[in-house]
Amino acid sequence: METQLGMDNQTITRRWANRISSLKEEIIESRNSYLYLAPFALIFITFTVIPVLIAMVLSFTYYNMLEAPIWVGWQNYLKLFLSDDVFLLSVKNTFVFAIITGPVSYLACLLFAWMVNEFKPKIRALFTLIFYAPSISGNAYLVWQIMFDTDQYGYLNGLLLNIGLINDPIPWLNDPKYILPIVILVVLWMSLGISFLVFIAGLQNIDPKLYEAGAIDGIKNRWQELWYITLPSMRPQLMFGAIMSITQSFAASAQIIPMAGFPSVDYAARTIVTHLIDYGTVRFEMGYAAAIATILFLGMVFLQKTVQRLLSKVGE
Amino acid sequence: MKLDLSIRRKKINRSTGGDIFLMTILILTACFMAIPLIYTISSAFKPMNEIFLYPPRIFVINPTLNNFKDLAILMSESWVPITRYLSNSLLIVILGTGGHIIIASLGAYVVSKHQFPGKKLFSEMVLLSLMFAPEVTAIPNYLVMSKLGWINSLNSMIVPAWGYSLGFYLMSKFMQQIPDTLLESAKIDGASEFRIFWAIVMPYVKPAWLTLMVFSFQQLWRDQGGRFIYKEVLKPLPYALQQIAAGGIARQGVAMAVALIMLLVPVILFMFNMSKIVETMGTSGID
Repeated sequence: METQLGMDNQTITRRWANRISSLKEEIIESRNSYLYLAPFALIFITFTVIPVLIAMVLSFTYYNMLEAPIWVGWQNYLKLFLSDDVFLLSVKNTFVFAIITGPVSYLACLLFAWMVNEFKPKIRALFTLIFYAPSISGNAYLVWQIMFDTDQYGYLNGLLLNIGLINDPIPWLNDPKYILPIVILVVLWMSLGISFLVFIAGLQNIDPKLYEAGAIDGIKNRWQELWYITLPSMRPQLMFGAIMSITQSFAASAQIIPMAGFPSVDYAARTIVTHLIDYGTVRFEMGYAAAIATILFLGMVFLQKTVQRLLSKVGE
Repeated sequence: MKLDLSIRRKKINRSTGGDIFLMTILILTACFMAIPLIYTISSAFKPMNEIFLYPPRIFVINPTLNNFKDLAILMSESWVPITRYLSNSLLIVILGTGGHIIIASLGAYVVSKHQFPGKKLFSEMVLLSLMFAPEVTAIPNYLVMSKLGWINSLNSMIVPAWGYSLGFYLMSKFMQQIPDTLLESAKIDGASEFRIFWAIVMPYVKPAWLTLMVFSFQQLWRDQGGRFIYKEVLKPLPYALQQIAAGGIARQGVAMAVALIMLLVPVILFMFNMSKIVETMGTSGID
């Protein structure tokens, strides 16, 4: 028995040694490939991978950027979940925000891409431009601020006063009741972005023969066509579009801060990202901010993986 | 009968009623999408009294170029010459975008066409990096920049743009559709690896690098450099324009002119490359 076991160990070590040496050979053989990848990999690792790791390590420290970080264990996380009410509110807001803007913008991207694609190339191009433009319009979204201005000079207040629906102007962006819905509206306005283009492209790539075959097999109208042929054929694009939509719906702080103010009234528009910005750039509690960043990172990746798993079942 | 129908209607399974229905929805949505943009455009040409008109109007009555003239005067009076902001912006956009296209293409080429240990891991990491908000890395990025000594240096905007992972991802997906036989035959003809990359791969993926150009430009154009650049003489043009526009009520007209400039540049760039971008997106799926 013992000798046999020893033999087995020996063969296992030998096999491992073989594998390592063949890996070495492979690495040496592909040195050209590494050379080509090196510039991108170096920059990507320096500015994306390492910062994520640093954030994870810093999240276990107290760090104010002046003194060296002090190791505090799980304290930041405990504080976040047990005593930081504003954080819990921000988690709630983020979810309300993401649950509305994520799926709605995703479906809107898909629906409008499909509708646009039903028409001739010139009409298609015109609508694509109009729909996509808000997402790259810089800070043109601030126009919405004028629409929702708090006094009677705001367009919406002016309109409602004129019709007689209200007697006093509503302080839209100063009223916790309205802040989040308005920000959601504005973010949706800007949300026909990359996913929208991805879906248009996905739709154009579908082999027209599939539709002819479908018509022969008894598909009667465009709605059936969409469900039975179009969606299953563009699953890869649906997966990629989901990633873009989810990331966008979690990262919308860029619009929230100028619209709702920072901090917003009663923290009504406080999201995880704005909470992070608060601790990172105003209070300089870097360890605490890093803990928020780590939770945001893990939460987003978990959500993405879940959605990918769900989408991989489309048409199966 | 049936044949007749299929000639009249070019596509199968399409009713005119459905077309009209979809068109109506599209036009209504397009109005919703376009009104803020039209307002931005027309306001840039409004004289002061029209900007504060009550009840407000979307369209301009007496168009004027005064807002742009005021902007030109304000720019010529700024203590850092406007040409300095402009040259900063040009440096950032040209070096950032150009470097991104070359470096991302080189890397994407080997990831999509070569086999080597670690390739799968690297592709996974790039995909993962698309899945979280960039704010996650904001604080550590500051630490990295200060370690590199790039605070108050244009490097802090240019070099990270080279490693923009969405561009890398789109490029490597697009390159996957290059037929392997094309590359192999070039190799048999004795072309070096770099020659294959430069003379065969790069021309083939032109739609993809135009896409990378537009996206990288959009990214850099929006960035006012606030995170790593504090010296006035190193700030980019969009920052200077925003500063001029942020002058309260008296600058409202100028602010509208600035908003128009900020809006039009990326939109026009997108407009001219739209078909190429859509073509690139076609290969972007995850299998």
